[in-house]
Amino acid sequence: MRTTKQEELSEPLPPLEAQRSRRRHVLDLDDFTREEIELVFETADAMKEVFQREIKKVPTLRGKTLVTMFYEASTRTRISFEQAAKSLSADVINISASGSSTEKGESLIDTVRTIQALGADVIVMRHYHAGAPYLIAQHVDVTVINGGDGCHAHPTQGLLDLYTMREHLGTVEGAKVVIVGDILHSRVARSNIWGLTKMGVEVVLCAPPTLIPVGLGPPAFPLVTMEPSLDRAVEGADVVMPLRLQKERQQRGLLPSIREYIQFYQLDLRRLSMAKPNALVLHPGPMNEGVEITAEVAHGAQSVIEEQVTNGVAVRMAILYLLMGGAQ
Amino acid sequence: MAIPLLIVGGRIIDPSQGIDKVGDLLIAEGCIAWMGSNKAGELPPEQYQVIHAEGMIVCPGLVDLHCHLREPGFEEKETIATGTRAAARGGFTTVCCMANTNPPIDTRATVEFIQKKAAAEGVIRVLPIGCITKGRNGEEMVEMGELAEAGVVALSDDGNPVADARLMRYALEYSRSFDLVLIDHCEDVSLSQGGVMNEGWVSTRLGLRGIPAAAEEAMVARDIALADMTGGRVHIAHVSTAGSADLIRRAKDRGIPVTAEVTPHHLTMTEERVMGYGWDNEKPCSLPLLAYDTNAKVNPPLRTARDVEALIDALKEGVIDAIATDHAPHEDVEKMCEFDIAAFGISGLETALGSLLTLVHDGKVDLMTLISKLASEPAKIVRKSEIGTLRVGAAGDVAIFDSEAEWVVDPAAFASKGKNTPLGGCLLKGKVMATICQGEIVHKEDAVKLETISREAFRT
Repeated sequence: MRTTKQEELSEPLPPLEAQRSRRRHVLDLDDFTREEIELVFETADAMKEVFQREIKKVPTLRGKTLVTMFYEASTRTRISFEQAAKSLSADVINISASGSSTEKGESLIDTVRTIQALGADVIVMRHYHAGAPYLIAQHVDVTVINGGDGCHAHPTQGLLDLYTMREHLGTVEGAKVVIVGDILHSRVARSNIWGLTKMGVEVVLCAPPTLIPVGLGPPAFPLVTMEPSLDRAVEGADVVMPLRLQKERQQRGLLPSIREYIQFYQLDLRRLSMAKPNALVLHPGPMNEGVEITAEVAHGAQSVIEEQVTNGVAVRMAILYLLMGGAQ
Repeated sequence: MAIPLLIVGGRIIDPSQGIDKVGDLLIAEGCIAWMGSNKAGELPPEQYQVIHAEGMIVCPGLVDLHCHLREPGFEEKETIATGTRAAARGGFTTVCCMANTNPPIDTRATVEFIQKKAAAEGVIRVLPIGCITKGRNGEEMVEMGELAEAGVVALSDDGNPVADARLMRYALEYSRSFDLVLIDHCEDVSLSQGGVMNEGWVSTRLGLRGIPAAAEEAMVARDIALADMTGGRVHIAHVSTAGSADLIRRAKDRGIPVTAEVTPHHLTMTEERVMGYGWDNEKPCSLPLLAYDTNAKVNPPLRTARDVEALIDALKEGVIDAIATDHAPHEDVEKMCEFDIAAFGISGLETALGSLLTLVHDGKVDLMTLISKLASEPAKIVRKSEIGTLRVGAAGDVAIFDSEAEWVVDPAAFASKGKNTPLGGCLLKGKVMATICQGEIVHKEDAVKLETISREAFRT
């Protein structure tokens, strides 16, 4: 039985020194060790508990400022970071590309230098150009979290997907995860591949060959295989993750029609039934219901899509905590 | 009259005459006057300016078939004054400057502007290359005859391919009247559009749009077919793939009038370079912070190790005739940005020889071959018999380098305005010690001793 707000706020989080990560930035999952991923998950478990309290706030990051710089539209990721930071009592400033000096022709490095000079401790960046967070991390003295860069990476999404799988499957090692859809343009798929294979997951990619980038799979990416038929790919799968199919892919000539895509690559109940019983359905969002996934599957018993969103806040709290907590 | 220049004691390598021996070289009145040893005392000059080249290599001044001097129009990137000084530091005594200036080199007036600027402000020989099409628009042929008379040595829309096959056909046919070679930048833009690096596992890893090898090869194949049909001379610029090398090999076997060049960076670097300096192919790991290195962004892109090996083989076999720098200087701001929007190009004049010598040190190419690809062969392609050779009577153009001298590349110290090199901080083994153009010392390292000695001194 909790009594006062003061008590609520002072309830301890895991000891800092023992758990503090040496990490400076979160740019992709490729440089996370298995132990570090486990640490994020254990921390996220604690954060999830905070998040479920009546007063969803701890004072850990009081006085710290998190700036979200989103050069690309985003609802869930930006709000998720904002919620995570606020739950840890950090101040949050949101900047979008429109209205920033970018429109006046300022370079990205100069924009970020200005923001850093204004007192940002952490920048969460979403950018349509792959590698933009690396550019910032290299040239500006500020902690950078990649909130999704071009077709390159979306590490916190990868972590929350993995965290969600772990919650349901217990352990993910040895599991079979099918990612289906527009792998070519998907930073989520790439970060998932890093995170999943690091944890010993077998990853099967399923898409028309025009939507699969070259060189995925062995030797550069062991544990990753291709299966162009979704019917075969989902057989025995523990997790199926359809990706959003943007309509413009057809316009660019990568697909003959959305109709044909639906016919061969949509995740519906029939195909899901060929996976393991109780196989999980994940989707990084936003969804095009009726294209890559049917409404019955998206909102069905096996879907954990909404949990992903909730877990996203916990995982991002964990990341912020591990990067900034105890830095004073 | 200037005092004759005597280069003594160097290892003279002149592929045009098959010479590789230690000796002395005399340059008088802007020309090669004599080559021999220990006989300087018996020659006519009363006095010599002597360069001691013991332990160094003395070769014909290098000839660059392909560089961007940026003037007129892009003087913030490079000028004829700075570009020719960079060339001199790299051992070059002749550069052929590409036509993608503003205005482009498509009229006599622009050719003459460059010639005048080069005479007034340049330190080495500048041979302009004209456009193939007016304004480099790919629509109408330039007045080739007038440009040839004005002194262009080749034609190229470099930076752009000649996309229209029919226009390329006519240009090749028409060029025969003036014996001008057409240098084509082979890129099927419908395949490469939006691409920023080689299409392969690295582009997948980095989430960058790729430029497939086929984008180059498709157009190389087209140009070969057109050269075969028309008899016009086509020269393939900056060959970057194994497939292109194969196509050129087969074309040459069939006697089609095609020549080709390769850049130092395509001979020495692979696509992994985009993942940043420090990436270790042996121990693939996480991306370093230096990933997305825009200094390694170049068109055509750095390719795979397999391509590099194939290009080296093609060079040795004579399938690829020449090495050309494709020196492409840019301002810092054009590289200090997101990879997708960074400019393509490497500032290459000052590191060309040093980086290419790694091929010699690794036993992949011998010095004679390397120098022929940098001097005599490119001179042949532009039909200039007086350069790229140390034959008596030829231009007094000489490069002197120490193949063992180690140096660290410091872009800030470049003479070029373009500091955009992926080799910044790299240790290179092989350094240009002096460059002489038409008998004048246009570059000299402090370590090189220069003294005036009377003829008498050589008699004792």
